[in-house]
Amino acid sequence: MKDFDFKETFLNPIFKGNPISVLVLGICSSLAVTVQLKGACVMALSVTIVTALSSLVASLLRNTIPNRIRIIVQLVVVALMVILVDQVLKAYVYSVSKTLSVYIGLIITNCIVMGRIEAFALGNKPFASLMDGLGNGIGYGLILVIVAFFRELLGSGTLFGFRVIPESFYELGYMNNGLMILPPMALILLGCIIWIQRSVQKELQEK
Amino acid sequence: MNTNSNTYTVIYSTVLVVVVAAVLAFAAMALKPMQDENIKKETITQVLTAAAQSDSEVNISEDTDVMAMYVDKINDAFYVDGNGNRKGQMNMGKEDVNAIQVATTSDLKKQNDIIKKIEAGQADLLQSLELPVYILDINGKEITVIPCYGAGLWGPIWGYLAVEKDGKTLAGAVFDHKSETPGLGAKITEDFFEGQFPGKVFGDGEEKFAVVKGGAKGAANGVDAISGATITSQSLGKTINTWATYYEPYLTKAAAKVSEETEAVAESTEDEANEIVEE
Repeated sequence: MKDFDFKETFLNPIFKGNPISVLVLGICSSLAVTVQLKGACVMALSVTIVTALSSLVASLLRNTIPNRIRIIVQLVVVALMVILVDQVLKAYVYSVSKTLSVYIGLIITNCIVMGRIEAFALGNKPFASLMDGLGNGIGYGLILVIVAFFRELLGSGTLFGFRVIPESFYELGYMNNGLMILPPMALILLGCIIWIQRSVQKELQEK
Repeated sequence: MNTNSNTYTVIYSTVLVVVVAAVLAFAAMALKPMQDENIKKETITQVLTAAAQSDSEVNISEDTDVMAMYVDKINDAFYVDGNGNRKGQMNMGKEDVNAIQVATTSDLKKQNDIIKKIEAGQADLLQSLELPVYILDINGKEITVIPCYGAGLWGPIWGYLAVEKDGKTLAGAVFDHKSETPGLGAKITEDFFEGQFPGKVFGDGEEKFAVVKGGAKGAANGVDAISGATITSQSLGKTINTWATYYEPYLTKAAAKVSEETEAVAESTEDEANEIVEE
């Protein structure tokens, strides 16, 4: 039984229909957690797990959900997943969970999660929904990691906390770009990513 | 089945909420021991970090085994009441690292509630206070670490103050918060703010300590507030001031004991010196 196009469902949200660079959703958290790669990776992973699992659960329930309380049910499912992720992070990677602090809880309000449930999971079979959720999570995470890579490299001279730019460069007058640490630079980097993507994928350009 | 009938909707939402609550309760129970362990470790890290600021040779990084370091440095850990009398001992983990006892933020919150009642006039509660005191040996220097806990702007703020032998001079401070505004109030955890504390001295009068807006101007018992974070700064000042007041009886007693001892040592050396002269 193959009633959905795997490539279309899973890969489309990663590149052509990327939730951040094409749909421009989830900007808030991508500004906040991309100062360092470590935080960005954990956030990307958390969002992927949350979107995938809540899409799956919502899709399993889709025929039983009363239409009038549809959004509330979605919210409960998403909130459940987010709290579970938060609890697990607190138990296993406490320091990371402290750095991400409120942003983990704010995944609930991330438009990508609810958007995918409403637009896809409620009308599709569970496996297809799981793939769609995974794809969107990965698409979101990919942009987060790219932005965090440049911000940490240029802003702190490190990657995953390890020094990448040698100390001797600083002796010669190289300086970290303090602006990279601040949220506005994330927005500018995002703009650059969207620009590059649109000039490569011409079909995304509006006439 | 009609999924849009009222009965169905009510039953559906009830069942959903009960199931979700059960899953969350189970997860919270199952993960609690590990989370508690993390919180304990964090408390120990903060106590150590505060004490370590007295000595630039002692460094604590992410890779430091804080539990082992704590066991190595700790000399005494106990509770005192509001009159400065020792009440109970905390396990220092000398035999078993996992048995270390510290007062975590939830314990501090209980003490803060008692303090609030005392401030409201129930002075007899002074004896029921159980304020934690940690005495550490940092490269031969005796450092007393005392916590403080209070309300910030959005949620609780707390910290650990490292006090020197005289019971007044600060050797270091570490602060933390639950949900202060990132970039403003949350800056109390940053080095530039905490770095102001070493060398400061608790005042003698009503005002033990203050976080002052517009600059402490070199006052010994005050530090500069953070601009843009007036409420957090003021609350922190008040918190330190309050807790320092309740620790004062103990700190004064401990300092008096220390000076007696040093005097005794000084006298005995004097005696010896006299004897030598007499001979």
